Amino acid sequence: MAGKPKLHYTKGRGKMESIRWLLAAAGVEFEEEFIETKEDLEKLRNDGVLLFQQVPMVEIDGMRMVQTRAILSYIAAKYNLYGKDLKERAWIDMYVEGTTDLMGMIMYLPFQPADTKEKNLALIIERATTRYFPVYEKALKDHGQDYLVGNKLSWADVHLLEAILMAEECKPDILSAFPLLQAFKGRISNIPTIKKFLQPGSQRKPPTDEKFVAVVRKIFNI
Amino acid sequence: MSGKPRLTYFNGRGRMESIRWLLAAAGVEFEEVYLETKEQYDKLIKDGFLLFQQVPLVEMDGMKMVQTRAIQSYIAGKYNLYGKDLKERALIDMYVEGVADLMQMILTFPFSPPDAKEKNLDSIKERATNRYFPVFEKVLKQHGQDFLVGNKFSWADVQLMEAILAVEEKIPAVLSGFPQLQVFKTKMSNMPTIKKFLQPGSPRKPPPDAHYVETVLKVFKK
Repeated sequence: MAGKPKLHYTKGRGKMESIRWLLAAAGVEFEEEFIETKEDLEKLRNDGVLLFQQVPMVEIDGMRMVQTRAILSYIAAKYNLYGKDLKERAWIDMYVEGTTDLMGMIMYLPFQPADTKEKNLALIIERATTRYFPVYEKALKDHGQDYLVGNKLSWADVHLLEAILMAEECKPDILSAFPLLQAFKGRISNIPTIKKFLQPGSQRKPPTDEKFVAVVRKIFNI
Repeated sequence: MSGKPRLTYFNGRGRMESIRWLLAAAGVEFEEVYLETKEQYDKLIKDGFLLFQQVPLVEMDGMKMVQTRAIQSYIAGKYNLYGKDLKERALIDMYVEGVADLMQMILTFPFSPPDAKEKNLDSIKERATNRYFPVFEKVLKQHGQDFLVGNKFSWADVQLMEAILAVEEKIPAVLSGFPQLQVFKTKMSNMPTIKKFLQPGSPRKPPPDAHYVETVLKVFKK
């Protein structure tokens, strides 16, 4: 028996959060081992369990998986969240890469020098509202279905919801020009596994604050 | 009939080169459209060709595909370069993602300021010799097979081959501590499709020069 997946990361969102979201959406229970100090990270490296000396690392199905995208693709495929054929997978991949780029910008924001924060936040909002959200709004409008790809819940939907919520943390009314995304947000949030993940006490992590930035800097020496 | 895939990008390596490698390795002929002016780029956006207003763009099988990783995954899946099952795919994904991180350093190198170039070159050398190449050296040594995954030619082999050659261009003796990778490089060079791609007159692009950097900056200028 494989046992529950075990996640190795800091106690914050970072690159692991999308993995937590996807496992949760798939209804998969998982354990977490938190890296709290530089020594914790060094130990993982010295134990030879991090293929490229980096986290995220997820122990799943007898593998020690690293590289966020590889882990997410594996989970998506295993739990039937990756479309029904190559072409649907291609669309899911394209959509997910877009939300990855947007969430990447948001993820790095707390780590940027204070004097660039305002400019970077403005760029995030601009990209969200002129480059990314219009694409997903249009996709939903064009086919009129509840989900982005193949009329079925997929990784792309989970990732988009995560991105929407993160963007709203930057600007609460960021979806004001996107009625279909607002409806999408409501719908996907009500899926039982996702609804559970959005409740207090779940393994979802809070936004990164200044205090946590200092912790991360110390652990990774950045 | 869809015809040959059509690639739209600069007349240079950048993010498209990995896609050229993969198509070539799979024995797939393709056409190329080169981005030379801002007007061309703006027109592509205006005409709705670029999902997220970005290149690479690959038109194939009736889709206008964007996002490098999505395009590569599709090609790998379509041409049987993605392993035989989910676990092999996971390994290929992990290896490819690791190599992509190394390639990212090479990709951005020509755009770094002159006073940062020496430091960046040192970083590339350090990462290649301490983080990435040792992993693949070990993988090949442990299973003693010709290919990285599943005893069969895959996307991972193509990506690693591309990276080895790209790093060697900057650091000619970089493989000196890696006998397995030297053998791997020779074997890959002799595979018929790759051999053809490595010959003059193929779609393979030369290393980025000043003209390439200038063109990219001009086309993307706001």
